[in-house]
Amino acid sequence: MEKLFEIRWHGRGGQGAKTAAILFADAALGEGKYIQAFPEYGPERMGAPVQAFNRLSDEPITLHCGVDSPDVVVVLDPSLIETIDVTQGLKQNGVILINTNQEPKVMKDKLPNFGGKLWTVDASTISKQELGQEIPNTPMLGALIKATNLLNFERMLEDTHKKLTKKFKSKPEVIDGNINSIKRAYQEVKGE
Amino acid sequence: MSKEGWQDLPIGGLILEGGTATKYITGDWRSLRPVWDKDKCISCLNCWIYCPDSSVLVEDEKMTGIDYDHCKGCGICASECPPKVQAIKMVTEAEFRK
Amino acid sequence: MRVAKTGNEAMAEAMRQINPDVVAAYPITPATEIVQIFSSFVADGLVNTEFIAAESEHSAMSACIGSCAAGARTMTSTSSQGLALMWEMLYIASGLRMPIVLAEVNRALSSPINIHCDHSDTMGARDSGWIQIYCENAQEAYDSLIQAVRIAEEALLPIMVSTDGFIISHGMESMEVLEDAQVKDFIGEYKPEHSLLDIDHPITIGAIDFTDYYFEHKRQTIEAMRNAKGIVAKIGQEFGEKFGRSYGFFEEYRLEDAEIAIVVLGSTAGTAKVVVDELRETGLKPGKGIKAGLLRLRLFRPFPYQELAQALSRIPRIAVMDRSDSLNSAGGPVFTEIRSALYDLDTRPKIVNYIYGLGGRNIDLAQIRSVYEDLATNKTDELVRYLGVRE
Repeated sequence: MEKLFEIRWHGRGGQGAKTAAILFADAALGEGKYIQAFPEYGPERMGAPVQAFNRLSDEPITLHCGVDSPDVVVVLDPSLIETIDVTQGLKQNGVILINTNQEPKVMKDKLPNFGGKLWTVDASTISKQELGQEIPNTPMLGALIKATNLLNFERMLEDTHKKLTKKFKSKPEVIDGNINSIKRAYQEVKGE
Repeated sequence: MSKEGWQDLPIGGLILEGGTATKYITGDWRSLRPVWDKDKCISCLNCWIYCPDSSVLVEDEKMTGIDYDHCKGCGICASECPPKVQAIKMVTEAEFRK
Repeated sequence: MRVAKTGNEAMAEAMRQINPDVVAAYPITPATEIVQIFSSFVADGLVNTEFIAAESEHSAMSACIGSCAAGARTMTSTSSQGLALMWEMLYIASGLRMPIVLAEVNRALSSPINIHCDHSDTMGARDSGWIQIYCENAQEAYDSLIQAVRIAEEALLPIMVSTDGFIISHGMESMEVLEDAQVKDFIGEYKPEHSLLDIDHPITIGAIDFTDYYFEHKRQTIEAMRNAKGIVAKIGQEFGEKFGRSYGFFEEYRLEDAEIAIVVLGSTAGTAKVVVDELRETGLKPGKGIKAGLLRLRLFRPFPYQELAQALSRIPRIAVMDRSDSLNSAGGPVFTEIRSALYDLDTRPKIVNYIYGLGGRNIDLAQIRSVYEDLATNKTDELVRYLGVRE
C-alpha cells in the first residue's frame, strides 16, 4: 500500500455512505491499518447527495483536512453520475467503483473525462437477493477489496463474520446474508 | 478590625460553620425600637410568627423579650400585636441614646 | 487495545470508565452524541451515575454546581450556544472552586447560525476561570478527559477538554483505549474536603462578598490557576509513565532547529505536521528543504507564557493560526497572548496572525503551505491575514 490511501464514497442521504465508510475502516483496522472514516456534514436530508471518506495507512494518520484528491471513488447510487461530477479531484491513476446493473463500458461512456479503471457491480440486486432488502453498502465492501486489493479478502470476511455473530446472535440468516452478499460482490464485480 | 488576607481565607468563599448569622449584629441598623410591655402581653405570639429577623424571644411558649442585637426595628411586631392588646410600641432610638 | 472511535465515542467511553457520580446535561450538536452514548451506559447499568437531563444548558451547569457542592464527582458536555447559555454559571463554578469536568466540542457561535467547527465558543470562555485543554484527535480527547478528573480535583478548578466539531467529534479514527481498572486506578476515589451533604460539618456556599472580601477570593482563584499549570504537567507526565502517552502544555514538532514556525491548536496541527514534513524534505521548490516547525498549543488556560516564550525564542519568524477572531481589530486570542508572552525576550521573533477555518471552513495542506511560504519569503508586513476567505 502507498503511504496514504484515500477513498470518497458517494451516496444519497439514508443509503448508508457513512456506514459503508465506517464498515470499511473497521475491516481495515482488523488488518492492523491506521484508519479514518468521516462524513461530509451538510443539511441532513433523505435523498440528497452525500459524501463520506476513508483514509488508510500503515502509519498513524495526522491529516485532518477534507479529502480533495482520493485514490478511489465509490458510487452507491448510479443516478448520482448524472447530477454530480464523481470524478472531481480523483487521482490520474485512480479507480471508480459503481453500484449498477450496467457493464463498466456503459458507465465509462458516461464519464468521458475519466481515464482510469472503472468497476461495476450490481450490489442493489445482490443485497435484495441475499438480505431481502436493498442495502448496497455491505456487498460494496467485497467489490471494493477486489477493485483495490487494499485488504486481504479472506481475513476481512472472517473478521466481518466475527463482528456480525456478536451483533446478530439470534438471527443467523442476517449473518449468512451479509457474508454471502460480500462474497458475491467480490466475485461478480467487473473492471475495465 | 483587621481582616484575613487571601491566603488565610477558606477558598471559594466557603463559610465553614453553621449559624454565623447570629454573629452579625444588625441591631445598630435600628432607628425605631420596639418596646414591650410585659403586663399587657397575652403571649399570642403573633409578633414571633411575623418577625422577619427571629428577634422575638420566647421561652416555654411565653414571650420573654426582644433580641435588640438583631432587631432592625421594622415595626411588624407592633403592627401585628392585636389592637385590643397593644403590648409593643415603636419608640425612636434617640429616646434611648440621650 | 486499538479500536476505531469517533471523538464523541472516545469521550463517552472515557466518561463510562470514569463513572462519575453525577452527569447533568442538555444535548447540542455536535456534542449530543457524547451524552447520548453515555445515557445509554446509564440505562444499561454500566455506570452508577445519577443522570440528570436538564431543560437547558444553564440548568445543566447549575445542576453540576449543586451536585459538585454536595461532594459528587460531576461531569457534563456541551458545545457552542450551549456553552454560551452556561455563561454565568461557568463563572460561578470556578468562583466556588468546583472541580466539574466538561467534555466540550468546538463549534462556531451564532450568528450566522452554523454547526461546524471553530474555537469561538471556548475562546469566549477563556476568562471564566476554567482550565482549558484543546485536543488534536480522538486519542488525546480520551486521554485528556481521564486526566482532567485528576487535574480538576487537585487544582479545585473546573476544566473543559475540547475537540474540533465534526472533524474530530464525528470522524472515526484509530486509537488506544485503556482497561476499565487502569482508568479507575488512575483517577482514584474523589474525596471532597467539604460537602453540603456532610451535615455534621455545616457549611455555607455562595455567600455574598462585598468590597471587603471579593478581591481576596478572586486572588485565590488566580493563584489556583497558576498552580494548575504544575498539576497539568505532573498528571500529564504520570499518565505517560503509566500508559505510554505523555502530555505537556504544548507539543513541539520539528521545532528545535526551525527557522519558521506555526502555532496552532486542535486538529489543524495534525494537518500542519504533514506540511512541515513536506517542506523539510522538498521546500517550496523541489530540491531545497526548509526548516519549518510547529508548536501545537494544548493548554490554553492557564496560559503557559514562560514556557512558550522559551520554546519560540529562537525562531525568527512565527505565524499564529487562530480559529476564532477576538473582533478587537488586532487579531485572534491565541495570537495576542502569544505575542504578549514574547514581549520580554531580548530578541523578539517577527510574529503574525492568520485567522482561518471560521464556521468549519476546510483548512487544507495548500492553505497551511501558503502560511509557511509567507514566512519563508518574509511576507510578514501585515499583522493579521484571513486564510481561506473569499475576497
